Amino acid sequence: MSTTKLAKEPEGTEPTAAPALLELRDLRVFYGAIEALKGVNLSVREGEVVALLGANGAGKSTTLRTASGMLSPRSGEVLLRGERIDGIKPHNLVRFGIGHVPEGRRVFARMTVRENLEMGAYRFKSPDQDEMDRIFGLFPRLAERSSQLGGTLSGGEQQMLAIGRALMGKPELLLLDEPSMGLAPLVVQQIFEILREINQQGTTVLLVEQNAAQALQLADRGYVLETGTVAMHEEASALLADPRVRAAYLGEIAE
Amino acid sequence: MSSGITKTASGGPASTARLRGVAWYQHPRWSRLTAMVAIAVVLTMVTGEQGTDRDIFFALREDFTGPLPWIWLGLCLLVWTVREFWSEPIRKVRRASVAKSDPPVAWVRGQWRGDRRIRQLVLAALVAVAAFAPMGLERYWHQVLVDQIAIYVLLAIGLNVVIGWAGMLDLGFVAFFAIGAYSAAFWTGALPVDPPFELNNFLVIPVAVLTCLIAGLILGAPTLRLRGDYLAIVTLGFHEIVYITAKNVEDFTGGARGVSGVEHFSIDMGFSYEWKLDPLPYYWLLLGFIVLLVFLFMRLEHSRVGRAWTAIREDQVAAAATGVNTVRFKLMAFAIGASTSGIAGVAYASKVGYFNPENFPLLASVLVLAYVIFGGMGSIPGVLFGAAFLVWLPEVLRDYVDPRDRYMYLGALLVIMMIYRPQGVWPSKRRQRELKMATEGTVDGDATAAPAGGKVS
Ligand SMILES: Nc1ncnc2c1ncn2[C@@H]1O[C@H](COP(=O)(O)OP(=O)(O)O)[C@@H](O)[C@H]1O
Ligand SMILES: [Mg+2]
Repeated sequence: MSTTKLAKEPEGTEPTAAPALLELRDLRVFYGAIEALKGVNLSVREGEVVALLGANGAGKSTTLRTASGMLSPRSGEVLLRGERIDGIKPHNLVRFGIGHVPEGRRVFARMTVRENLEMGAYRFKSPDQDEMDRIFGLFPRLAERSSQLGGTLSGGEQQMLAIGRALMGKPELLLLDEPSMGLAPLVVQQIFEILREINQQGTTVLLVEQNAAQALQLADRGYVLETGTVAMHEEASALLADPRVRAAYLGEIAE
Repeated sequence: MSSGITKTASGGPASTARLRGVAWYQHPRWSRLTAMVAIAVVLTMVTGEQGTDRDIFFALREDFTGPLPWIWLGLCLLVWTVREFWSEPIRKVRRASVAKSDPPVAWVRGQWRGDRRIRQLVLAALVAVAAFAPMGLERYWHQVLVDQIAIYVLLAIGLNVVIGWAGMLDLGFVAFFAIGAYSAAFWTGALPVDPPFELNNFLVIPVAVLTCLIAGLILGAPTLRLRGDYLAIVTLGFHEIVYITAKNVEDFTGGARGVSGVEHFSIDMGFSYEWKLDPLPYYWLLLGFIVLLVFLFMRLEHSRVGRAWTAIREDQVAAAATGVNTVRFKLMAFAIGASTSGIAGVAYASKVGYFNPENFPLLASVLVLAYVIFGGMGSIPGVLFGAAFLVWLPEVLRDYVDPRDRYMYLGALLVIMMIYRPQGVWPSKRRQRELKMATEGTVDGDATAAPAGGKVS
């Protein structure tokens, strides 16, 4: 087994010199008495796309919510460029350059597409028109529907809008929670193409997915969560080749 | 046996046809007709004989045997006919006149849209009319204008911030009105306990605003995580606490007997002038506050604050994720609403001089809420109109109906309104949109969406 378990490694032992943009250290998160994360270690380096895989209820969303400040860990640390950010409220974390596209999209249903995007730029005095144009360039379907109400968009368009709204806050790190959920394969492909483009334009991405094939094709590295702990952590290509991953997430029978 | 089979065989398609079909009465045109008939019935009862305690059917018998119902029915049907069958020709004529860019119409419209100064001028003219027109009215109406209309309009624009913009259902709103009134009584020395120093009524206003603001925060803080029905219950409890406290803490509030001898406003600068029993100065004071607050709130609505409130109303998680401090803005809405009713409380206490806890019943909270919803939640012109109209209505009805029945007619009007025009008289664009989407089943609505029988349009 070629899995390298990431157990409390100090920063210096990472092979690359680049400092981790986001680092989760020994994170334990509870919902009441339920321990959803039982000591998760994870790091995302600048410019990377990191995929976070796992079955339903493994704790992927909990991990993202903790990183974006919606939840506070009971113990452990969340570090952004080496500085602790756990405990900071989500609306303040936005200013540190963390954009969160929450599970289930959560677009503002009764605001137009344009108003949704403007809301995304809430942390600035006024929305940046160039950024808006860039997003309309990335998602031409949103541009066509700029005065349509968010709630009347199709699932794929809502996902695009949720991503666009997060981008309006000009995040360095984009946290995405299952962008492919409930979407047709073709739409998923489009969205992943755009994610690749967003990453190439300089945004670091931490991507939670069930769709392991798509996610690992896009990602540089991947983590597999199992009931609140990291079960595997490897290069994306290695994970994609791993028989256990293929069995669990790509529907192949393990030999 | 065979007959049974044929029955089901032929029954199948027949029943789907029946289910698919739209009954004639489900057509919106007919439901609007029902509304007009309902209005005709209410108008007949308003204008006809009034009931007596001795013969409960007397009024109904008298009203509905004479010509009166037919007159009202005729008028209502006329309105309905024009609306249903002649609205298209009328609209065509109007469209043609606009399309031809008929000089006066197009010019007026262009000026209105294009020139801010014109709009401001018209608004200024409206305010001037509101300020000076009452001088021609009788004394009775002066009292109504101040004690009722102006006070409730102020309360309604305050509640509109909480419920219309921030989307928090507050049923204890009148508690803040009471706190404002008792603050005025305390600082002018009308309560059993003496204040550290007495204040002029004008100076009480900022003090009462501050008191209500703090009370608003005290109510707001524990309710931050609650929404909708749950929040409504908590605010209800808050109202009850304030009400019972006012009633039972006799040594401080004067208890159920109430407070008397609250001083009138007075100006004492070289010359001295006391506002005695003439209501008009109070009216102008309240009008001044209303104009000021409407101006401030309209700016607020389109500012970052207003956008934050809209986002919170839509989705708190998403709002937080885009950088909105949900806690701060919810508290702010509570505090703004509370301080507005604090102003109303001071003006009311100083004007009437005497009040007791029964002046602040739960019903008052519910009525303010009804005014806001009737006018159109979230729309300032709507709320101004809704409150002014619905407070005025029972007062004019006094001349036509048994005074004890006045609120029954108000109730009937609210029922008809909520069934046929739930968005209110003058809805905000956003609310109208929300209601429309709720009807289409796209998103959850606050008011309910399609009727259970299905909606046709
Ligand atoms: N609000 C909550 N309250 C209680 N338990 C929760 C809550 N949210 C998630 N959980 C539990 O935490 C675990 C991890 O959930 P989640 O992070 O949503 O999983 P995933 O996103 O990987 O499907 C699950 O067992 C789930 O039941
Ligand atoms: Mg999840």
